[in-house]
Amino acid sequence: MDWRQLWEISSTPDNVPIVALLPLVVFYCWLAWKQARANDALIAQLEADPALAKTHHRKTYPWQPGWQKEIHVWPFLLRVEFLAAIIVTIILMVWSITLNAPMEEPANPNLTMNPAKAPWYFLGLQEMLVYFDPWIAGVVMPTLIIIGLMAIPYIDTNPLGSGYYTWKQRKFSISTFFFGFIVLWVSMIIIGTFIRGPGWLWFWPGQTWDHNKIVYEVNRDLPDLFGLTTQPLKGIFGLLAVGAYFVIGGLGLHTLFKRYNPKDYARMSFLQYNTMMFLMLLMVSLPLKIAIRLLFHIKYVWVTPWFNV
Amino acid sequence: MADETKIPEKTPPPEKKAPPAAGNGKGLLTSFKDDIKSLPDEMKGKVKDQVEAAKDPAKTQIFTSIFRHKHDDTPRNRALGVLSNVFLHLHPAKINRDAVRYNYTWGMGGITFYLFIVLTFTGVLLMFYYHPTKVQAFRDVLYLEHDVPFGKILRNMHRWAAHLMIIAVWLHMFRVFLTGSYKKPREFNWNVGVILLVLTLLLSFTGYLLPDDQLGFWAVTVGTNMARATPMLGHEGPFGSQLGMTPYNDVRFGLLGGSIVDANALLRAYIWHCIGIPIIASIFMIVHFWRVRKDGGISGPAPVILASEVKEARR
Repeated sequence: MDWRQLWEISSTPDNVPIVALLPLVVFYCWLAWKQARANDALIAQLEADPALAKTHHRKTYPWQPGWQKEIHVWPFLLRVEFLAAIIVTIILMVWSITLNAPMEEPANPNLTMNPAKAPWYFLGLQEMLVYFDPWIAGVVMPTLIIIGLMAIPYIDTNPLGSGYYTWKQRKFSISTFFFGFIVLWVSMIIIGTFIRGPGWLWFWPGQTWDHNKIVYEVNRDLPDLFGLTTQPLKGIFGLLAVGAYFVIGGLGLHTLFKRYNPKDYARMSFLQYNTMMFLMLLMVSLPLKIAIRLLFHIKYVWVTPWFNV
Repeated sequence: MADETKIPEKTPPPEKKAPPAAGNGKGLLTSFKDDIKSLPDEMKGKVKDQVEAAKDPAKTQIFTSIFRHKHDDTPRNRALGVLSNVFLHLHPAKINRDAVRYNYTWGMGGITFYLFIVLTFTGVLLMFYYHPTKVQAFRDVLYLEHDVPFGKILRNMHRWAAHLMIIAVWLHMFRVFLTGSYKKPREFNWNVGVILLVLTLLLSFTGYLLPDDQLGFWAVTVGTNMARATPMLGHEGPFGSQLGMTPYNDVRFGLLGGSIVDANALLRAYIWHCIGIPIIASIFMIVHFWRVRKDGGISGPAPVILASEVKEARR
């Protein structure tokens, strides 16, 4: 266990935000979970007791008849905002006094940094470079993330859970977002920061970075496993394989979705449903590609003269 | 006294001459003596009034010209305090009593905006010391760090506020998702927010290159190398070379103003960072805040809805 190495990584000034991000994400997940559980308990209680549902104020916060439902912004909100601004300023002051912004040697195109890392918030995409070609990891994937995020309000037809934390009313959408944000985005950043070392090789936390380490990985393309080595065949095979993933995966996902979310399925239009399916399949393909790479050493599934997937 | 009486003989005030009625028919000299005599008493009265008025500054003309409403603690004045103030009128006069709880919003949207203001302030100060040229950029940052009074804390604060802003934006998005606040009627504002998220990342990314050190140089090299793999628009991307893309005319060339990260890239990053993206982001922020209000204000904490109460659509 090389504690020094671990300390050097986590105390690098630009990595401090990620060290801070970890407890923050955990804290806010807990805070949201706590409120979701309280609301879910209230919902269960109201559903069991229709008479109570008619009279209850339907929040977990205290309420008494005669209390005003709305309060003045001045001073009740403004004082909170003012306090928040002061606290943030103090945090920034202390942080700026105790920790210096990184400053390395002058830029030198002839001296490559190893590892050369993107800013920490893009490390998830850089990590994807291991498993995908740059045009997918660097261009298509960010574009699809943006499009996918923008599509969310238009494909989530569930009318429940607007304006309060809940888990039981929105299991599907919350677990999907959690998977995308925490598992795929945040954890990839953590891998990119704490685990990737020189040569973008995998070093466990506490393992000394070996600048001379070389890993001999024999990666094959999926068509090679089936004895297809000439070009038109490889391309056609890849097309079929990717097509099969979308068809079989789509049908499987369809059954699961219809079984567990029959109401959402009934509500969704043709366009909404297919957009969601397409985005879901693309998102699931990410860990799938990572898995077949790590388990079976498969580099590409679909090889063509113009692009490889 | 003797001296003072002599003065008007030398230079008589012209306005005293013009209206003889003002002196009640008395001679100029008598009238003048009377005026002098009554002056201390009159001024005493005025001072008294002034002191009396100063006890209630809210009634002075200066005060009422600035604050167009009264200051007593009445519901009307509390509302006007927000509505008649250009900076505060972003807020409604009243809000949901539970919305001020930290638990619900986590305050992340507001913190993001505050950090944007901090970044603008520190950024403008940094611009006074920084030249976006290959010769000077790195030295300017060294100068800031070692010679400019408070230069180091200024740069540190700009850097850390930028990182904090990204975390705050992510947590804001996370909260908005978890509370279902993107649902009808707020779909469009979620989209504006996604664009703001991208702009925040781009702001931070363009700033990364500006110190012109190894860290920024290689981060931006790694980042923009992806652009050469853009399908159809990059020279290494799928169908790029077939469409005539070379390192000298593709999308990466457009981003960097050259085929490598060099002087032009530094200037472009600087202009995008300090002028281009802040203006675009400000416009989107205006829309974002405006739509928060127009879409019915902050989304909750709303009363819970039961599944049995939802009217199902026909399909």
